[in-house]
Amino acid sequence: MAENKPLIQVKNLKEYFNISTGWLTTVPLKAVDDVSFDIMKGETLGLVGESGCGKTTVGRTILRLYEPTSGEIWYDGKKIEDKKTVKEFRKHATMVFQDPYSSLNPRMTVSDIIGEPLDVYKMYENAAERRERILELMAYVGLNSEHASRYAHEFSGGQRQRIGIARSLALKPDFIVCDEPVSALDVSIQAQVINMFDELQEKLGLTYLFIAHDLLVVRHISDRIAVMYLGHIVELADSNEIYNHPVHPYSKSLISAVPLPDPKAARANKRIVLSGDIPSPLNAPSGCPFRTRCSHACEACAGEMPPLKDVGGGHLVACHRIGDI
Amino acid sequence: MSMLEVRDLHTSFFTDAGEVKAVNGISFDLDEGKVLGIVGESGSGKSVTAYSVMQILAGTGKIVSGSIKYKGTELVGSGESVMKTIRGNKISIIFQDPMTSLNPTYTIGHQLMEGIMMHTGRNKKEARERAIEMLRLVNVNEPEKRMKQYPYEFSGGMRQRVMIAMALSCEPDILIADEPTTALDVTIQAQILELMKKLQEELGMAIIMITHDLGVVAQMCDEVIVMYAGSICEQGTADEIFYNPCHEYTKGLMRSIPTLDDEFKRLKPISGTPIDLLNMPAGCPFAPRCENAMKICLSQKCERMQINEDHAAGCWMNVKKDFEKTGGKAAEE
Repeated sequence: MAENKPLIQVKNLKEYFNISTGWLTTVPLKAVDDVSFDIMKGETLGLVGESGCGKTTVGRTILRLYEPTSGEIWYDGKKIEDKKTVKEFRKHATMVFQDPYSSLNPRMTVSDIIGEPLDVYKMYENAAERRERILELMAYVGLNSEHASRYAHEFSGGQRQRIGIARSLALKPDFIVCDEPVSALDVSIQAQVINMFDELQEKLGLTYLFIAHDLLVVRHISDRIAVMYLGHIVELADSNEIYNHPVHPYSKSLISAVPLPDPKAARANKRIVLSGDIPSPLNAPSGCPFRTRCSHACEACAGEMPPLKDVGGGHLVACHRIGDI
Repeated sequence: MSMLEVRDLHTSFFTDAGEVKAVNGISFDLDEGKVLGIVGESGSGKSVTAYSVMQILAGTGKIVSGSIKYKGTELVGSGESVMKTIRGNKISIIFQDPMTSLNPTYTIGHQLMEGIMMHTGRNKKEARERAIEMLRLVNVNEPEKRMKQYPYEFSGGMRQRVMIAMALSCEPDILIADEPTTALDVTIQAQILELMKKLQEELGMAIIMITHDLGVVAQMCDEVIVMYAGSICEQGTADEIFYNPCHEYTKGLMRSIPTLDDEFKRLKPISGTPIDLLNMPAGCPFAPRCENAMKICLSQKCERMQINEDHAAGCWMNVKKDFEKTGGKAAEE
């Protein structure tokens, strides 16, 4: 159902945080380093990677929760730059957070939590209209109207995540950044919430940036997937394509590391186990960031970061050794 | 004789709001050199089962009744002096969070040597050698140097390796791993699981693997126990549980995980939320969420029944199926 028109365009986005290392000395932590991608209207783009790879920072920077160090974000053909466009943009783009326990104010009732964005943007004429809209939003996410006057602590994790989703839908957005929305939930509840994301997308024509580390979940929900490593996108392709034919050595090992819920397949699966840990982004390796853990690394890899190259059908890979491996 | 025999174990927490029956009458055996997986969602009692075996229940928690036998020796009510010779020596545990289970104020070496000196009576020098040997075994580079470092200087995966080294340093017969890889990234998880499997084959210990991740179970376990609300719903070999689930809850769990070949079908989630352990229903604890629940499910809990020699489950649906198959002959059982 994805249309061929980009809704969100991210161009050469960089986000550096200054980390203080001593009196008046700071070093930049390159959380996101030159990332570009488009998200089509009605599409779900999955963003995967290990902790510290910058996937959450990408999501937050797109919504301008962080001011980007450099680079551009375009929404529906318009560049997001000054305060006015940011405020307008945030009407159309919202966020669902990872932790349903800390992302809801414990002193507010459910109806106030969901109604807050409506208050900020004055989206109603009178109190009755506000209430009606809140109840409509609660119905979208499967909450009963009697829940409206309760507080967040009275709900389970899955229900809290529903409240968070209702809040993100309040402004009738087109685009939602979902930052690990199901990783804090139990398996049986996780499936309920994933289905809800699917249904809402169909009903409301939403576009998602779905950030997660659970690759089975991401593959299930996404049309395309981008794999990040140390602030860079190393591979981007259709989700089936990336699962069946990963090209970048990092994507290959990441996908083979997924424990399959099937004993026979697990026994047959030849795992590519990476040695070592992800390097600190404070002193990332020169050139390709993955070269220190890559079994195919050569001299060229230490030189410069390989650009994303199309290997056919929009399958983008950033690797110096595409042809050789 | 099994290495570990648990019979009708009941563990409760006595809170201000009332008695929470976290583990409600479970029984299982663990044989030598086997990997037993315990799967369940939060609050299903899987960790409490492990803590009961180790007798490290926090505050208000208490083993109410039941028996836990290690090589024929009863552990319930055996007293702290007996448990001290078992804990960390015969049965070891690895906790979920490698970030908080090491003491930040002591060096890794100190913490590793402490257990070795206490249980094996080695002197400091021998204990140091053993600790270095253990670190090498779990693939920590430059163990001599690492011994002098503090936990904050280790990454998550490295800390979990240290925890494994510590747990294995006294050559236990049983290793309990309580969600050992939940806090780790997939590639690091793969490293740790690989390592545990290798060590298990080399050292021949039995492992109880507690997890909510069915993928980890499929990869690691010979036998599987599925827990819900403090009870065992289903128990059997990994192949039986994955390919022939016989409890409605297990079936629901299997349907709710995305797989690699699901071709983007909708998942079929289990509706509702886990029950409140303070208000347990009279019948099957899963009945309120079960789409096939019958009248009897709400009033009476189904006893565990043998499906075949490798597989047992407690679900009235199996009785119904038998009933339909035999045309009512087995109905009175």
